[in-house]
Amino acid sequence: MKIDLTDTTASKINKALVQGRRAIGTPAVGMVLTLVIVTDEENAYDALKAASDASHEHPSRTLVVIKRVSRSPRDRTQSRLDAEVRVGAEAGTGETVVLRLYGEVADHAQSVVLPLLLPDAPVVVWWPVNAPLDPAKDPLGALAQRRVTDTYASEQPVRDLATRSGTYTPGDTDLSWTRITPWRSMLAAALDQVTCEVRAVEVEGEEFNPSCELLAMWLADRLDVPVKRSLSGGPGLTAVRMDTSCGAITLDRADGSLATLSIEGQPARGVALKRRDTAELIAEELRRLDPDDTYASALRYGVDRLKASWPGNAPAPAKEEPVAEKEEPVTKGEPKSDGRGRLALPAPVETAAKAPAAEATAQAPVKQEPPRLEPVRKATTK
Amino acid sequence: MSSSNPLRDPADRRLPRIAGPSGLVIFGVTGDLSRKKLMPAVYDLANRGLLPPGFSLVGFARREWAHEDFAQEVHDAVKEHARTPFREEVWQQLIQGMRFVQGTFDDDDAFERLRSTIEELDKAQGTGGNFAFYLSVPPKSFPVVIQQLKKHGLADQKGGSWRRAVIEKPFGHDLKSAEELNKVVHEVFAPDQVFRIDHYLGKETVQNILALRFANTMFEPIWNRSLVDHVQITMAEDIGIGGRAGYYDGIGAARDVIQNHLLQLLALTAMEEPASFDADALAAEKTKVLGAVKLPQDLGRDTVRGQYAAGWQGGTKVRGYLEEDGINASSKTDTYAAIKLEIDNRRWAGVPFYLRTGKRLGRRVTEIAVVFQRAPHSPFDTTATEELGSNAIVIRVQPDEGVTVRFGSKVPGTSMEIRDVSMDFAYGESFTESSPEAYERLILDVLLGDSNLFPRTEEVELSWKILDPIEEYWDSNGKPAQYPAGTWGPVEADEMLERHGRSWRRP
Repeated sequence: MKIDLTDTTASKINKALVQGRRAIGTPAVGMVLTLVIVTDEENAYDALKAASDASHEHPSRTLVVIKRVSRSPRDRTQSRLDAEVRVGAEAGTGETVVLRLYGEVADHAQSVVLPLLLPDAPVVVWWPVNAPLDPAKDPLGALAQRRVTDTYASEQPVRDLATRSGTYTPGDTDLSWTRITPWRSMLAAALDQVTCEVRAVEVEGEEFNPSCELLAMWLADRLDVPVKRSLSGGPGLTAVRMDTSCGAITLDRADGSLATLSIEGQPARGVALKRRDTAELIAEELRRLDPDDTYASALRYGVDRLKASWPGNAPAPAKEEPVAEKEEPVTKGEPKSDGRGRLALPAPVETAAKAPAAEATAQAPVKQEPPRLEPVRKATTK
Repeated sequence: MSSSNPLRDPADRRLPRIAGPSGLVIFGVTGDLSRKKLMPAVYDLANRGLLPPGFSLVGFARREWAHEDFAQEVHDAVKEHARTPFREEVWQQLIQGMRFVQGTFDDDDAFERLRSTIEELDKAQGTGGNFAFYLSVPPKSFPVVIQQLKKHGLADQKGGSWRRAVIEKPFGHDLKSAEELNKVVHEVFAPDQVFRIDHYLGKETVQNILALRFANTMFEPIWNRSLVDHVQITMAEDIGIGGRAGYYDGIGAARDVIQNHLLQLLALTAMEEPASFDADALAAEKTKVLGAVKLPQDLGRDTVRGQYAAGWQGGTKVRGYLEEDGINASSKTDTYAAIKLEIDNRRWAGVPFYLRTGKRLGRRVTEIAVVFQRAPHSPFDTTATEELGSNAIVIRVQPDEGVTVRFGSKVPGTSMEIRDVSMDFAYGESFTESSPEAYERLILDVLLGDSNLFPRTEEVELSWKILDPIEEYWDSNGKPAQYPAGTWGPVEADEMLERHGRSWRRP
């Protein structure tokens, strides 16, 4: 059933939830978490649909926070909260409240959400679009144990990845990372089948798809080898090629559903590697609510180090211009590591030996990013 | 293998435990179990991305099938019984490794063909010589198949590969036959490569017994003789023996259910906390508690067996056991068995464990009820607590998996009146749709070589040591009591509890 409340408050919404549950005859349900979806009117429908599909696996209270745009000065001075309470068949296996915020209250969404959180149960905030660059500092994000962003939907995905690595707080996660779990698990399974050393990796996929960067960074981080990022028409990720001491291992997915795994010396095999829809991604995301250290480690590896790890990895600089200011220390470092990259490729044995040093120097720009002034100051005192 | 894999990291909890390169050979692949449980479980595992690329499935049966017919049969079984939705790309991945070998169990040629099929799969699919043999065959064919596997070198583990045997109950029909069976199997497969399937142990709720007891603080302090009055473990079925007359007659409910499922449930409910959650530590605790089980002194008084008589079961008129097709009218086989056991250790001394199982009972249900003592003193007068029963924690194993806690609560109103209420945790509510089938979990564990959820030789033999004296007593004394189909068993079983002022729960 659906209860519409106009110009309302959180306590009236709570009352309506109790009323709704009574009316359908299930006074208490075992909901496991509160999912807060922060979105605009345009994306609300799809996000809510994905969430209610995912709720079959994780019965939850879903709060959809829609900040309405005020189009006139008069609208901006008036603040209003409208709510739509759905329980029973219309809300998957949990309950849903759609909150529409007009005017000033839109800046204080946390005051509406806080009283509506389930007692004790964990809170997950998901921004399908327009995620804040520092999710943990966002007033809504601060309420949550888990903050789900989606760089895939952002204007400049790769730049956002770089920013996120600076603001990472345990509990942050990104759907672009969730998307590559099947790839990661298949690549790990492929390496289970052989005992050899990986020397270099190539990750191929669409431009502007941060999943490719994340997969490349994860591989670079775990394997400690140069990783080449190359472009293709998609859909999504199309191939990962690993050059190993016992021949090539290739996982190739041209059509977005059935991939081919070929390992040198073994027959090629078809493996199911379908692109998943948002509901499946959200369901996976809600399965574990502890910090994802592997994501943190891959993210912190850094987009810039990835670019530096293979000559020609850096995408056309024109696109990077708007953020040039932020990336200053990196461009300084690039020629150095560029040279290392070139050296490393023909002589893979040396790479292994040099890796620790490479890591230390390459990490430096990322680490120093927040107190960026320091080295400059030192230089002047000298 | 995976420890040296740089892409594997224990902290990376998103990556599922994928079995290494391997294949599964099913003997008796045309049977019911294989169609309804095993094939769908294999598909579900593949669909969840838990099978290795190149996983192979080999069927072995008498039927004259080509590989395509077999694939079609699996396809139909999967479509009908699988838990997860059918997806073409998963099917395409699976079908590449499907083979069928036609033959009988004494046919040497067929086993040679099986060997060459396995070798071909190693080349074509990269299974690396790792194969599990699932023996879904009648007990009498057991030794033949095992011997054939040995004779044709199919059980040999070469160069780091593994060969495993998966066997289903019954694990013998008494201690002697169980020991013989173990000898036959262990002659060919090493004990740690033999996996005895007790599908109850693959159920989420059963694994949850351990989580409930040892991951929480609020249950363990009351889990002992100071507060527990008694424990009831029930497994009831509403069906009769159906077409299984040949297997069932002479075996009976106690051997079929109590020896394996119920004694395993008892072990998990009563055991001490294991040092860790690995297979050895668990087996050690289970063995200890099974070894401490004490039989009642008067077997005539504290055990009951019964046979269902004609009656009405859920609105249908059904025949009695003795009128079933293929059953001798003078059969003494028990279709209902209830026994009282005690556990002789400091935690449980004096607390009776009542185990009961039966066919054609009220409804299909399996549960463990831990019933607590009444409050030693009540400040409320007797009229207030007239309707108050004993507190209980009930672990519902199937169906409607979950946990119920029963306790007294004041009835709203001006007078003081206390009545039983239940507090419920249902798997279906807190984690809908995510529970895998028991067979999925168990097949994956076999492929991973993880033996946590499989009873060991010692456990099987200890269980027979508990049951054998009861069966011997029943053989020489009296005959089964009759109970109308569709009821909760013979009156003798009720009397058995009433003597001590207790009663069976209606599950």
